[in-house]
Amino acid sequence: MAEDLTSFRSQVQSWLSEHFPASLKANAAGIMESAFSENGLSSDAEQWRQDLAEAGYGAPTWPREYGGAGLSDRDAAVLSSEMAKVGAFNPIPGLAGMGVTMVGPTVLEYGTEEQKLRHLPGIASGQVRWCLGLSEPNAGSDLASLTTKAQDDGDSWTVNGQKIWTSGADRSQWCGALVRTDASAKKRDGISFLMLKMDQEGVRTKPIKLIGGASPFCETFFDDARGEKDDLLGPLNDGWSVVKRLLQHERQSQTGAGAPSGGSGGGLSLQDAAKKYVGTNADGELSDADLRARLTSHLMAARAHAMTGSRIRAEAKGKVEVSAAASILKNSATLVAQARSELTIEMMGNQGLGWEGDDFTAEELATVRGWLSGKAMSIYGGSFEVQKNIISKNILGLPETTQKG
Amino acid sequence: MAALTEEQTLIRDQARAWVTEQSPVSKFRKMRDEDAPLSFLEEDWRAMIDMGWSGILVPERYGGSGLGYLTLGIVLEETGRQLTASPLLASAGIGATALLVAGSEEQRQRILPGIVDGSNVVTLAVDEGPRHNPRQVSLSALPDGEGLTLTGEKVMVQEGVAATHFVVATRTSGQPGDEGGITLVLVDAETEGLSRTSLSTVDSRGYANLSFSGVKVGHDGILGALDAGYGPLDKILDRACATTAAEMMGTACQAFDMTLEYLKTRVQFGQVIGSFQALGHRAADLFTEMELTRSCMEGALQAIDADSDDAAELCSLSKTRTGEFVHHMSNELIQIHGGIGMTDEFDAGLYLKRARPLEAAWGNQSFHRDRYARLLGF
Repeated sequence: MAEDLTSFRSQVQSWLSEHFPASLKANAAGIMESAFSENGLSSDAEQWRQDLAEAGYGAPTWPREYGGAGLSDRDAAVLSSEMAKVGAFNPIPGLAGMGVTMVGPTVLEYGTEEQKLRHLPGIASGQVRWCLGLSEPNAGSDLASLTTKAQDDGDSWTVNGQKIWTSGADRSQWCGALVRTDASAKKRDGISFLMLKMDQEGVRTKPIKLIGGASPFCETFFDDARGEKDDLLGPLNDGWSVVKRLLQHERQSQTGAGAPSGGSGGGLSLQDAAKKYVGTNADGELSDADLRARLTSHLMAARAHAMTGSRIRAEAKGKVEVSAAASILKNSATLVAQARSELTIEMMGNQGLGWEGDDFTAEELATVRGWLSGKAMSIYGGSFEVQKNIISKNILGLPETTQKG
Repeated sequence: MAALTEEQTLIRDQARAWVTEQSPVSKFRKMRDEDAPLSFLEEDWRAMIDMGWSGILVPERYGGSGLGYLTLGIVLEETGRQLTASPLLASAGIGATALLVAGSEEQRQRILPGIVDGSNVVTLAVDEGPRHNPRQVSLSALPDGEGLTLTGEKVMVQEGVAATHFVVATRTSGQPGDEGGITLVLVDAETEGLSRTSLSTVDSRGYANLSFSGVKVGHDGILGALDAGYGPLDKILDRACATTAAEMMGTACQAFDMTLEYLKTRVQFGQVIGSFQALGHRAADLFTEMELTRSCMEGALQAIDADSDDAAELCSLSKTRTGEFVHHMSNELIQIHGGIGMTDEFDAGLYLKRARPLEAAWGNQSFHRDRYARLLGF
């Protein structure tokens, strides 16, 4: 086993040295920014995407016949650690929107062979971008009360309704949408999961500008939009089971301890940035004793979070299973990331209050924007409160309330 | 749980079975009510020795099994669950550690086999005032041709009544506050001039204050080099923190289990109270905190076993986070149980009253947050 791993590692190393262009080194943000600009990916980046896709490394654990490389979780971990070592970055999950992290794994589980062959390779190569039509204006945390309707017209579905918080809908080619297919059934029983083409007359998107200034989410309107019969994922009227699984994959993808975008001051550690802005006393301690104590608690929480991810992976002997642990990690990742932003803004003082302009460094401005956009983290993918419901009911086995309301 | 070896899993299962069947918290209560002279039951301590627990840290050449800190932590977590009182942590954990870290080969051979077979109870005496502060050691040890003469006080020494030997942090030069000038000394508890007073504490465990008036110790009692005891002491205290944290984890986990059970069975307003979202979310928060805390606790023990560079940081992390969790959890244990939680008849109070001394031992949360910040350079 160890030998296999070593030989796979050296195989990856030589593949990287042959294919990864030096011009892209440690430039994940730049690659993703160019991906959505008018000119698109640079020629180096486009070549790199093609090479990754050809090797199946865009979605490395997926089977080869669907565009993956058929790697075990262990080998996939080796691949990603070797890529990190040389400053390489896999842009395909970002290019595919919700495709690699959420739609793909769900199609693998629920899709027909024909659906897998038709949809997965485009995702795994980063050429087809997906969004998800789940929430509606009146169906947020209470997702099952959604009202977007799909009517069976014999040879197709006709879809009418409105979705909201559809990430990247304005630049996606496909949407995985939850639609009501049986209005007479109980809330959760009349819902189906339908895959819809975005480029059609009946679909309109409108970006929503957020407090951080960016517009990562849209409102999406379906007005007699057409869905194909063979694009129903999973059983008719059992879309709730499909989406529950999909949301587990979502939580799974949100369990890392990554801070929201925006740094803390020129690539410094948080404590060094604090020293730079706040200053130190004669003993080399941060001058603001109260901030020092809170910063310490935060760093401890961040470390506890990181160690918990490692521990759960070690216990599972591989990647964290799509499981109950994801709710714990999603909430703690969010708490850590949001606290980091709040502390960074606080330690920067006046420099942490800029919106734009030359009086603030790019780092400072990015921190402010990241602090604001990071507020989404405890709302999307199931809010703090929804995750706590999941923990109390599914992990701890506490009963549902019988109270009205 | 960390990924355990087969042997560790066996030891944990054995410990859990023994503690649950032979030493449940009702036994601790009985010991408390009967005012046992040593504040532990000798038959239970003997049973632990027979199961090999007193030798877990001690290498085979001194009569132990040398299985390491994570293994000891696994056992301490189980004893912590039922508040089982014994010198396991103070002597077989911290006392043995002191000899292993600072002792000479001769000293180890002389003392360690006795720790394993229970004839020696060796315990660490550091604090002299109400707050843990190892740099502030002032108990004086004056060198002369024969060795050292000790004069001063030590307080809140764990298992101080049962101890046969003390490892005493003394000042041989410099001023209180200096790291230099501290010397570790092994003192036989029966030495002339050493007196001890048993303390009555909130957790009903065995502590003593020690008074040294001209206590003579020969050269063979000096652990490590004269004046250079702070480094080894720091290392011993790290291990004391990490093992204490394991016991704290067990105590807190049991408190969590008791609370969860109550949430599932107590009926008010016609339904079990755990169905109320306000309580369900608190339970979810406590569970999340428990999982994060466990990672720190196990991570510190594994770092010690692996002799990692970041072991000191992780020990302060572990002590702080387990301290925070056992503090929060023991308060919620009382609050969520409501009226019954306040009564002496119910066990919740025993857990609360054990939590605070454990938090204070070897530095409380604020001590270790400050230390963590210093280790990280701010």
